Amino acid sequence: MKKQTKIIWNVGLIAALLLLLFILEQVVPSSSMLFMVLKKGAIYALVAVSMNLLNGFTGLFSLGQAGFMLLGAYTYAILTIPVESRASVYQYFDGGIVQFAIPVPLALIAGGVVAAVFAFLIGLPVLRLKSDYLAIATLGFAEIIRAVFQWDKLGPLTNGSNLLRNFPTFQSVLYPFIVAGICIGLIVLLINSTYGRAFKAIRDDEIAAEAMGINLAHHKQLAFVISSFFAGVSGGLLAMYQTTIQASMFKSAMTYEILLIVVIGGIGSVTGSCIGSFLFIACSEWWLRFLDNSNLYIGDFHLSFMRPGFRKVVFSVIIMAIVLFYRKGLMGDREFSIEGARRFFQKHFKKKQAVEGGSSHE
Amino acid sequence: MSKENVLKVENVTMQFGGVIAVDNLNLEVNQGEIVSLIGPNGAGKTTAFNVITGVYAPTNGAVYYKGSKIIENHPQGKMKKLYRGENPVMYTGHKVLAPTPDKITALGIARTFQNIRLFKSQTVFENILIAKHLRRTSNVFTATFRLNAKEEARMREEAEELLKIVDLTDVRDELATSLPYGKQRHLEIARALATQPELLLLDEPAAGMNPQETLELTEFIGRIRDEFGLTIFMIEHHMDLVMEISDRIYVLDFGKSIAEGNSEEIRSNPRVIEAYLGGAQDE
Amino acid sequence: MEWITKNLPYLMAGISVGGQYALIAIGYTMVYGILRLINFAHGDIFMVAGLIMVYAVTVMPMPLALLLVVVATVALGFLVERAAYKPLRSAPRMSVMISAIGVSYLLQNLALYITGGLSQQYPAIPWLSDTVTILGATTKRVTLVTPVLTIILVVVLGLLIKYTKVGMAMRAASRDFETSQLMGIKINSVISMTFVIGSFLAAVGSMLYFTNYTGVTPTAGAMPGLKAFVAAVFGGIGSIPGAVIGAFIIGICENIIKGVGWTTFSDAFTFALLIVILIAKPTGLFGEKAIDKV
Repeated sequence: MKKQTKIIWNVGLIAALLLLLFILEQVVPSSSMLFMVLKKGAIYALVAVSMNLLNGFTGLFSLGQAGFMLLGAYTYAILTIPVESRASVYQYFDGGIVQFAIPVPLALIAGGVVAAVFAFLIGLPVLRLKSDYLAIATLGFAEIIRAVFQWDKLGPLTNGSNLLRNFPTFQSVLYPFIVAGICIGLIVLLINSTYGRAFKAIRDDEIAAEAMGINLAHHKQLAFVISSFFAGVSGGLLAMYQTTIQASMFKSAMTYEILLIVVIGGIGSVTGSCIGSFLFIACSEWWLRFLDNSNLYIGDFHLSFMRPGFRKVVFSVIIMAIVLFYRKGLMGDREFSIEGARRFFQKHFKKKQAVEGGSSHE
Repeated sequence: MSKENVLKVENVTMQFGGVIAVDNLNLEVNQGEIVSLIGPNGAGKTTAFNVITGVYAPTNGAVYYKGSKIIENHPQGKMKKLYRGENPVMYTGHKVLAPTPDKITALGIARTFQNIRLFKSQTVFENILIAKHLRRTSNVFTATFRLNAKEEARMREEAEELLKIVDLTDVRDELATSLPYGKQRHLEIARALATQPELLLLDEPAAGMNPQETLELTEFIGRIRDEFGLTIFMIEHHMDLVMEISDRIYVLDFGKSIAEGNSEEIRSNPRVIEAYLGGAQDE
Repeated sequence: MEWITKNLPYLMAGISVGGQYALIAIGYTMVYGILRLINFAHGDIFMVAGLIMVYAVTVMPMPLALLLVVVATVALGFLVERAAYKPLRSAPRMSVMISAIGVSYLLQNLALYITGGLSQQYPAIPWLSDTVTILGATTKRVTLVTPVLTIILVVVLGLLIKYTKVGMAMRAASRDFETSQLMGIKINSVISMTFVIGSFLAAVGSMLYFTNYTGVTPTAGAMPGLKAFVAAVFGGIGSIPGAVIGAFIIGICENIIKGVGWTTFSDAFTFALLIVILIAKPTGLFGEKAIDKV
C-alpha cells in the first residue's frame, strides 16, 4: 500500500472511531459501564504506551509510573481548582497558597512538565543502574513522592492527605480519547523517528549501541523524561475522570496494573498496549463483574464461591496464564495496521476458499 | 616517521583485580595503514581494543588519536597499591580522561565485535540506519515532528549505499540475525562504516569463516580502506589474512607486546614462534 | 535515664522490626543470589502466612496451628517457584520479574477474596505476646525474642550453607548458574530448596511481625516485603549477613524516625536510603562487584 493511501486509511479509521463514540453517546444511556470502560481505558492506554516506550522500546525496566501519574494529577488539580472553591477544598489549610486557576489544557501540559522535570532530576543518578536495580529504585521513588505529597507541612500546596476535588472534569468520552489519542500519536511519531531507532538499539544491545555512537546516558534520560511527561498527562486525565484525587491512590499496585496491561498487549507494541488497556479495564471492571454476584444459581445449586472479590481472583489467574503461556502478549512486538488486518483476513478467507474448492473437486 | 600517526597507545596497562590483561602496551597506527594485532588466546588483544574504544578506562597509560590525547588514566587509590606495571608515577597529577565509547566513536573511531553484536530485533537496513543516528543534526523535537525529512532521506540513502557496498541489498528487510555468519560480519563492518570513521577497529573479522570467505574478506578490507580512506587496526587469528594485507603487525603475549614488524619480520621472529609454538607444545 | 525510658521503646521496636525484616530479607537475597530475580511475591507469601495463622487457630490448637503455618507457607513458596518461575527459566529476566509481580497480584486478590477485604485480627500467641517491662519501658515479649531468634536462625542457616551438600550447591549456583549445572548440580532442587528456606523464614517472621500488629490485610505483606528487599540490597544482594545487618539498620532507623515524629516519612526514608545506596555503592555493604564482559 502506498504511504498516502495508508495515511488516508488511518485518518479515516480515527474519524470513524470518533464518530462511533459520538453516536454511542447519543444512543446508549450515559450510566452504562461501557463509557466508564472507554474513558478509563483511554487514560490507561496512554500511560501504558508511555510505559511501553521505556520498558518495551528502550529496554529500561522502570516501575515509577504511578509516581509520575501522581505528579501529573496533583499538578492538574492544584492549578485548576476554581479560586472560589479553594477555601472549602483546603479547609484545613486556609484555602491553600495557590490562588489562581489556569485553563484545563494548559494544566494538563503543566502536569506533564512537572512529571518530566522530576524524571529529569531522578533520572540523572538512577538511570545508570542496571535492569532490576532500576526497577526497584524507580518504585522506591514513586513511594517517596507519595509520602511527600501526604506530608502535612506541604498541606497548603497539596492539601496533605485530604482529597483534592472541585476541579474541572470531563463528561464526554470523546475528551480522554482525543487527548490520549494525540499523546499516543506523538509517541508513535517519536518511536518511528531516528531517536526511536536509537532507543530500540539500546534495548537490543547497549554495548553495540554505545559503540555506534549512541550516547546511552542522554538517550535513556530522554526516553525517561518523555515517558514521564506522558504519564503526567495521563495522571491529569485520571484526576479529571475520577473527579477527586488523593495521594494514597497512587500505590505501586497501580504501576503493576499498568505493567500487566503492557504485558498483555505485548511488550514493544503500541497498539498492543492500547488494546490491552481496554481489555484489562473491561475485564476487571465490567465483563467479569457477574463473578462477584453472590446470588447465582445453576438449577438449585447455589454457586456459593461467587462473592465479591472472586472476579479479581479469576482475573489474576487469567493474567498469570498470559504471563506464563502467552508470553508475547496479544501483539508481540508487532503493530496493528489496516494492511496487516487485511492480509490476516485475506489469508484466512483464502484458506477457507481453498478448503471449499478442494472439497468440491472430490 | 614520515606519515601522520592516527592512533598511538602509550604505556597502557589494564588490570582486573590481580590479573594484568594488558601490560604496558605501546603501539602506533599510521594514516592509511592496515595494522594487525595478533597473539595467542587470552593475550589481551580484545582488552586493548576495549581500552581504545572507551569500554574500559585503563589502569594506567594514555591513548592519542590524530595527535591529541583522548584517553588517559593513572593508578589511583587501591589500584595504585596493586599496580605493578612500569612507570607507575608517570601520569600522576595529570587529568583523568575517560570518555564513554560513544564519544570515541564520534571522534571517528568505529569498531566491530569479536562475538557479533548486531541489533537483533532490527532488519539489516535498520542496523545500518541506526548507526547513522550519530551524525544527525536533528534534535528530538525536529525528529518527532518530521522537520528533518531532508536529513532522514539522506541518512536512508547513505545506508542504502553501504548496503550495496557490502552486497546485502537483496536481504535488506531480513532480520539481521537471520543472516548467515559471514554476512553478519560484513553487516557489522557496514554498520561501523555508517558512523563515518577514519579509523576502523576490526575484532576478528574472519572468525568462523571458511578459506573462500576469508579470501573475499581480505579483498573487501583492502577495498574499503581505499574507498573510504580508512586506517584499519584489526585483531585476527587467520594468518593468511594477516600476512596478506597487514602493513605492520604487533604480537601480544600475556598482555605484553613481544614483537613488531612487517609480515616477514614477524614470521621469522623467534619470540613470536615461541609464543605460538611454545604454548602449543605445553598442551 | 529519662531519655532512655523515652527512647528505649523506639530502639527496641527498631531492633525487633529489624529482626523481622531480616527473616524476610534472607528469602529475597538467597533467591536473587541464585536466580537474579527480585521475588516480588515474597512479601505476599509472608502475608499469606499471617492469614493462615488467623484461620488455623479457629479450628485447631495453637501449637498445631503454628506448625501448619510453617508447613503451608513452605509448600506455597515451593509451589510458586514450580508454577510461576520454573517454566520461565530460559526466558529474559524481565519476564520472570513480571511473573513475580503477577503472583503477587494473584496472592493479594486471593487474600482479598477470602478475607472480604477486612483486616483480620491476628491471634495472640501465648508467651510471645505477653507484656514485659524492661528499664521502665513496657513492651511485648516478642520484641525481645525476635532479635535473639533471628540471630539463632541466621547462624543455623550459615552453618547449613557452609557445611551441607545442598548449601555448597547453593553457593556454587549463586556464583555461576550455568557452570554449576554443568558440574552436575541439580539446579532445580537447589532452587526449590532456596524457596523452601526463604518461605520457612518468612513464616517465622510473620508470626513475630503480626504479633506486634493488630491485624492482617491483603496488602500487609507489600510494605515489609519491599523494605526487606531494600535491606537485602543495602547489605549487598546475595549476602546473607549483609541482608541481616541491613535489615536491622533499616528497622532501627525507621523507628527512630517515627520517634522523632516524622511518621509520614518512615517508609519514604527506606526508599531514599535505597536510592542513595544504589547510586553510591550499587553492590551494597558486602556485595561483590561484577565486571561486564564485552
